[in-house]
Amino acid sequence: MNRNRSAVWGGLGVFAVLVALAFVSSSYHLFQLTMLVVYAVAVLGMVVLTGYNGQISLGQGAFFAIGSYVTAILMANYNWPYWATVPVAAAASALMGFLIGFPALRLGGLYLALTTFALAVAVPQVLKVDALSGLTGGVQGLTMDKAEAPFHLPLTGDQWIYLFTLIVGGLMFLLAWNLTRGRIGRAMMAVREQSTAAEAMGINLAGLKTRTFAVSAMLTGVAGALSSIAVQFVAPDSFNFFLSITLFVGLVVGGVDSIPGALFGGAFVEFLPNIANEISKAAPGAIYGAILIAFMFVMPRGVGGLLSRLARRARKPAVAAE
Amino acid sequence: MNGLLHQISSGIASGAIYASVSLALVMIYQATHHVNFAQGEMATLSTFVALTLIHAGVPFWAAFVITVVLSFGLGVAVERVLMRPVMNAPVLTSVGVFIGLLLVINALDGWIFGFTIKAFPSPFHSAHPLLGGLVSPHELGETGLTVVVLLLVWAFFRFTPLGLAMRAAAHNPVSARLCGVNVSRMLGLGWGLAAAIGAAAGIMVAPVVFLDPNMMSGILLYAFAGALLGGVDNPFGAVIGGFIVGVLENIFGAYIVGTELKLTVALIIIVAVLLVKPTGLFGRAVQVRV
Repeated sequence: MNRNRSAVWGGLGVFAVLVALAFVSSSYHLFQLTMLVVYAVAVLGMVVLTGYNGQISLGQGAFFAIGSYVTAILMANYNWPYWATVPVAAAASALMGFLIGFPALRLGGLYLALTTFALAVAVPQVLKVDALSGLTGGVQGLTMDKAEAPFHLPLTGDQWIYLFTLIVGGLMFLLAWNLTRGRIGRAMMAVREQSTAAEAMGINLAGLKTRTFAVSAMLTGVAGALSSIAVQFVAPDSFNFFLSITLFVGLVVGGVDSIPGALFGGAFVEFLPNIANEISKAAPGAIYGAILIAFMFVMPRGVGGLLSRLARRARKPAVAAE
Repeated sequence: MNGLLHQISSGIASGAIYASVSLALVMIYQATHHVNFAQGEMATLSTFVALTLIHAGVPFWAAFVITVVLSFGLGVAVERVLMRPVMNAPVLTSVGVFIGLLLVINALDGWIFGFTIKAFPSPFHSAHPLLGGLVSPHELGETGLTVVVLLLVWAFFRFTPLGLAMRAAAHNPVSARLCGVNVSRMLGLGWGLAAAIGAAAGIMVAPVVFLDPNMMSGILLYAFAGALLGGVDNPFGAVIGGFIVGVLENIFGAYIVGTELKLTVALIIIVAVLLVKPTGLFGRAVQVRV
């Protein structure tokens, strides 16, 4: 109970700080913050999958692309309002996750990593295909109108987009947190720790893993939809294999099994390109790779793992005093 | 009809490359149950080394041999430095290390050798058309050389005591160790051999697809498909799978989906294999003892 309460207060505190930032940041920083939240939600999808269920996806960028394109197509071609496209994007990515997960997750091991690797490489090609260019805009991509604040709220477009992203993102974090701390979360962790024992306890392994993957794909797809709304533009080459890899690095840096860690992962994905460019203009990819390998060896539970260890240490003296 | 034959023959030529990379993947998978996502990038690095040697005036075949030997060393080094410490860590750790290695090598390739697409010389020339103009000299030579490499690897594993020891170490490390096999040395050898096979494949494919830091990413994907199709625990199956994927890719690319969706064919093959016959054509269902 106590831990739940401190998690709720912590989450509300972070949310309040992020909301307050909407009113003090320049529009350039607002855009960066918006993308931070977007990537945090994308990484959150991987936390649920990898951290809680022990499955590895190397193609999360594909679901990001699907979410982005569903929103873009509905807004640009069918004049849907931006907010109405988010649930459709969520459903489409979840469905795709289910379809990919179903064959790959009947088997254990690395099959999901292999299949999603292939998916991530194939998706930009599919988006470029001429036969679909009436829908997807082909190589040129699609451009959308910028969202405006509803109800005549005295907010600029950038502020509103940031707050909208924050609200949807907050809901996604709440959903992930609720899902993982209940019965389903315990089942997911049981599968991760000891799949044979979990099966003996009556858990349907393939079913649970596939549904977890669908949830993970949905979260990342929602992130894609939010990014479309923020950027107002989609093109196939923004969803190349490197996006999937960047999200994977974000997951490892934030901490695979830490829901708050996803925020750090999102910050990493958003800000590292700038930092990497400053360290080495010639080979930014090498910096991603070096950071990834270093985290695997030195800090395999990432920033989130470090924070929870510090929190536990801070709590311990208090318990001893009681 | 001639068109179809042409597609099949060039499919076999690219299939030979996929077969080599599939074999390299399966060798490492069998011994360590890790999938080396950096296999393609390691081969690309080797190919760059070979090109540098050739430009420095080294004859083609000397450069080929030097590169293959250097790649063997690179493979052993990767196993010793990066893989040994995380051998018993969770799967995520090994995948993370491989992806990190992929990124580092890819970036270094671009940094040292540049991102421009480079032509690579072919050692195979012929004054007159071969098999009635059905195959190019390079296709024929490349397929022949790859088949020879594959046969050598097979003979090595089948007929030499060292090959037997390596198979034993991969199959059952504990028993092999009890019989006096130095399992850790066998793992290093396996990695070196896989890197050497990859290097040969890289040098053979570079004249066809041209050399740039991302040369092998698509090829790695087809190699995955080939390995899964043949059976991920069966080296022979992986080779056959690689050839089948090469032919399928060419036929699909030419007649059904068009060249712009060729990579999607690999995804479809992977999903189809997992749906229909997850053990692959030649694999065995693995019984796990609880």
